[in-house]
Amino acid sequence: MANTLPPTDRSCDISQPLERLSPDESLKAESDYLRGTIALGLLDRITSAVPGNDIKLMKFHGIYEQDDREVRDERRRQKLEPAFQFMIRVRLPGGICTTERWLKISDLACAHGNETLRMTTRQTFQFHWVLKQNIVPVIRGLHEVLLDTVAACGDDSRGVMATVNPQFPALQAELAALAKTVSDHVIPKTRAYHEIWYGEKRIASSEPEEPFYGQTYMPRKFKIGFVIPPNNDIDIYAQDLGYIAIIGEDGKIAGFNVAIGGGMGRTDKAPRTYPRTASVIGFITPDRLISVTDAVMSVQRDYGNRADRSRARFKYTVDDKGLDWIKLAIEDRAGPLESARPYDFTSNADIYGWIESDDGSHHFTLFIENGRLNRDMLDKIARIAHVHKGHFRLTPNQNLMIANIATADKPEIEALLRETGLIAFNERSVLRLNSMACVALPTCGLAMADSERYLPDLITKIEGILTRYNLHNEPITLRMTGCPNGCSRPFIAEIGLTGRAPGKYNLYLGGGFHGQRLNRLYRENIGEPTILEALDEVLGRYATERLPDEHFGDFTIRAGIIREVTEGRFSND
Amino acid sequence: MASQLSGVALTAEQWQLVEALGSSLTPEHAYWISGYFAGLGSALLRNSGTVSQSPDVRIPSVVTQAEPIAARSLTILHISETGNSTELAIRLATLAVEQGLNPTLVGIADYKVRRLKEEQDLLIITSTHGEGDPPQSGMEFFEFVEGRKAPSLPDLRYAILALGDMSYEHFCGAGKRLDERLEALGAKRLQPRVDCDVDYEDPAAAWSTGILALLAAEQASAISSAASPSKTTGGTQQANNSVYSKRNPFPATVIDNIVLSGRGSTRETHHIEISLADSGLTYEPGDALGIVTNNDPAMVEALLAALSMNPDAPLTIKGQTTTLFDALGKSFEITTATLRFLDHWGELTGTTDIFSAMDNTKRAAFLHDNHIIDIIRAYPLKGLDPQRFVDGLRPLQPRLYSIASSLSICPDEAHITVAPVRYKLHGEPRSGVASGHLADRAVADSVLPVYIQSNPHFRLPSNGEPIIMIGAGTGVAPYRAFMQEREANGGGRSWMFFGERNFRTDFLYQTEWQDWLKNGVLTKMEVAFSRDGAEKVYVQHRIYEHAHDVYAWLEEGAYIYLCGDASHMAPDVHNILVTVIEEQASVQREEAEEYLRDLQRDGRYQRDVY
Repeated sequence: MANTLPPTDRSCDISQPLERLSPDESLKAESDYLRGTIALGLLDRITSAVPGNDIKLMKFHGIYEQDDREVRDERRRQKLEPAFQFMIRVRLPGGICTTERWLKISDLACAHGNETLRMTTRQTFQFHWVLKQNIVPVIRGLHEVLLDTVAACGDDSRGVMATVNPQFPALQAELAALAKTVSDHVIPKTRAYHEIWYGEKRIASSEPEEPFYGQTYMPRKFKIGFVIPPNNDIDIYAQDLGYIAIIGEDGKIAGFNVAIGGGMGRTDKAPRTYPRTASVIGFITPDRLISVTDAVMSVQRDYGNRADRSRARFKYTVDDKGLDWIKLAIEDRAGPLESARPYDFTSNADIYGWIESDDGSHHFTLFIENGRLNRDMLDKIARIAHVHKGHFRLTPNQNLMIANIATADKPEIEALLRETGLIAFNERSVLRLNSMACVALPTCGLAMADSERYLPDLITKIEGILTRYNLHNEPITLRMTGCPNGCSRPFIAEIGLTGRAPGKYNLYLGGGFHGQRLNRLYRENIGEPTILEALDEVLGRYATERLPDEHFGDFTIRAGIIREVTEGRFSND
Repeated sequence: MASQLSGVALTAEQWQLVEALGSSLTPEHAYWISGYFAGLGSALLRNSGTVSQSPDVRIPSVVTQAEPIAARSLTILHISETGNSTELAIRLATLAVEQGLNPTLVGIADYKVRRLKEEQDLLIITSTHGEGDPPQSGMEFFEFVEGRKAPSLPDLRYAILALGDMSYEHFCGAGKRLDERLEALGAKRLQPRVDCDVDYEDPAAAWSTGILALLAAEQASAISSAASPSKTTGGTQQANNSVYSKRNPFPATVIDNIVLSGRGSTRETHHIEISLADSGLTYEPGDALGIVTNNDPAMVEALLAALSMNPDAPLTIKGQTTTLFDALGKSFEITTATLRFLDHWGELTGTTDIFSAMDNTKRAAFLHDNHIIDIIRAYPLKGLDPQRFVDGLRPLQPRLYSIASSLSICPDEAHITVAPVRYKLHGEPRSGVASGHLADRAVADSVLPVYIQSNPHFRLPSNGEPIIMIGAGTGVAPYRAFMQEREANGGGRSWMFFGERNFRTDFLYQTEWQDWLKNGVLTKMEVAFSRDGAEKVYVQHRIYEHAHDVYAWLEEGAYIYLCGDASHMAPDVHNILVTVIEEQASVQREEAEEYLRDLQRDGRYQRDVY
């Protein structure tokens, strides 16, 4: 069937010799399937860092080397190396976490993670501030509850997301199970992880170590997610590969619309880089999930740009080759796709507080500002974990759902929520409840400005403006990142802020309320007074000129404040 | 003229042409033409096939003669955040070579700031980060250049290409800062700075072309004026014939006083840099710096208050009249009490019975728990003659600190590593006399009287034999001097054993050790941090872990050094060395001890413990 595929430029893909590709490709190829010298570097007592190449390889194991950037200069003058430490990201498909696992993770964070824990925008946990000698204890601790950190970062398929919308509990459970199946299917198969972190012996084998990935893995990270309309909580348009569940007349999952080529990251002042919303290319029945996943991933594996890492995400492959060509290539490998089925999203936000689903079970979604859990919060949630008979869900908006509570148990959980004061977390403004921020300073090496430490204060100031215009009950999505890489998906927010320098941000407007449309740069590199001034003006107009039920993002476009972004590749125009 | 250029061997006709041309030129013309011919020359060289057609023009001989004349060194320094500056620097260096220049290309991460004062022509390409700051890698360089330690640079010529982003307030801030500062330090700007926005390619290329044309033309003119005398740098070793000594200490200036202990440390270890400039003082690695210390003025005041004495009361010491305040500050030990003071005070206050009733142990304990001021407060006495009081005091003695630097790397400087002794007594914070003085009052620009105390029994081996260095805490100091010396002058294998409390905060001179490991000056290093794990690990444990190799090194002629705490570390390390020899050589303990004694006799086991 390959001859049906029109020829394409292959000068930058896996068909080329390594010396023509980016150095990272050689690094992967020469890493002995992600082993590198990681095991040796852990034993080096002279530094708390690991050797340069291992830093990149460890990402495939879910581990980022970072340092406390706030003491970097001070330490340099003291002739001390930077305060290196590691971020460890758990693989938690669909954000499902049993109470046993929660308690283990909480304990590990208190023992080795500076008594803090993050719930991420991709429904998982991040430990921060883990010292080199504590990486092994953390990973072995996770192993005790059958969790791992495989492929939580790196050029591979990252953690698989799934909606937490509890309105359809049976469907949602099915989706979460699929997310787990897909995640287990797409992670690297190398034994390097077991050898380095669990201390297992290397087993000689004639089988290929990476039957799917080969030696060079993916050109770049690859993100997969599942969602059930009408709630787009996982931001399906930000995924490299998104599956939109289509519910049949029998109430069961009839299949999935397939969306490809979404992604957030861009680079400032580099117009060839841009965020892109995913394109829906067809429909498949559930039995084809794995084969279509393989087809989509292998098309990216084989045709993705490996010469220029800033153009290596699937979204650029899709635009460079053309959506039609990519669809042909996928069908060439997985067979024809059916026409996409109709679907409708209304929101990408979480539904806070109590929800009762049609099976009579109860769920409580607790707002956790920017997913940041401190010791006090961990201790309080642990009290709930000790009595809760259901499980926890980490939401794609960095919040916590206490899921599957029987009617008989609801009063006990409710009482605990009140007694611990956790319930008060939900008594926040609508704006705050619809906000997200990444971690950024002081630990993230990419950050150029603060994000999670600053957004809460900025929101307080914006709340003042909203109250003045009587807009305080209006849901508006606001997302901030410390750099343009887009971890909190700022480019599909109605108000997006990305860091440029300490205290300076780019301000984006015009994103779609449920994540369906990219925003566009409105003001560049501005500080807080200018941000507030600009928002005051635009929100003031919104208050007086808006149509009934018109969302803020839609308004900014209709009012001509910002030009609509129709496609990612035009977002820098 | 012809005779001066005998090596060029032009024909007589060619000479006539050159001389005729020369007589008609203005200096500007000559400058331009020299560049023109230099460019032509290198073009001819590159296409040497065509040169041979004219057998009389022996271009290569011009070039070989020219090389020593092209006297000014050229360094291209790049300070990059994302790699753009590096890329431009590489391009610039390539172009420079093509134009016959001999540039040294160096990234800021590999640049030793001390090199700056030796630079002659320096081209800098720097980007800007954040609020007009340099990239992270350039922070140290900027701090040095913009700081007090920056040397004057009258011989330096420089040019700067600044990269930036117009949308930032401090556009090209790092380049601008450097430009202003180098000028202020006396350096000459070769051509105006160019500030580039994100589309830097064209302005950068124009800047590069301009500066290279200038330098190439100059080099060509240097070649043509062959008579330029070469500078001889007579590097004769200066002997330590300084007029300064323990009796006549040198009033040195403190350059810097840095706390090496990181945030949250249980330690407070200072690194103090002291200028010996214009003192004539020299030293060798292993030597100590004598510090003529003084007492904390607050302590003097407290003492005077306890004694109800007038600070301005005159006092004669060794025939010199001074005030009581000054004498207590500079001439006497006023902290720890001695037995003699106890007797003296007992007599003065009529309390001799109390002290004589104590046995030796009790008296020692009493002296440990009571300083002079505490005794005076406990047994006060009014109306005492100041002279009578100081009669019971010891003179204040200078203190010795191992020098932590080598003159080969830090000319005119001596560095010391100081951990102030601090504790509470009778509810008051107290500190060691000299260590407190150094930590608290030896701030930058203050004056510190110093002298050199030679330590011939702590020396690097003379023929580069392997060395094993063992030290804990500030005991690391002389090894830093050793490493600097070997970095400058070479030497054999080396192995460092270092111990402190916590890795994160107490790894003294960590980045320097890492650099020495990286560049091979240091062969191996083991560290023991006693408070990091559940079990306390000390240097002796690391030595034992490496028993086989330690013994092998000794058998291969290694010198072994021990520096630091005399009460615990030194005996523990000594014992473990005996054990290592005993086990590795399979001998009796006595024989192992004899082995170490032999080493010591041969000067291969050297100790500096305190």
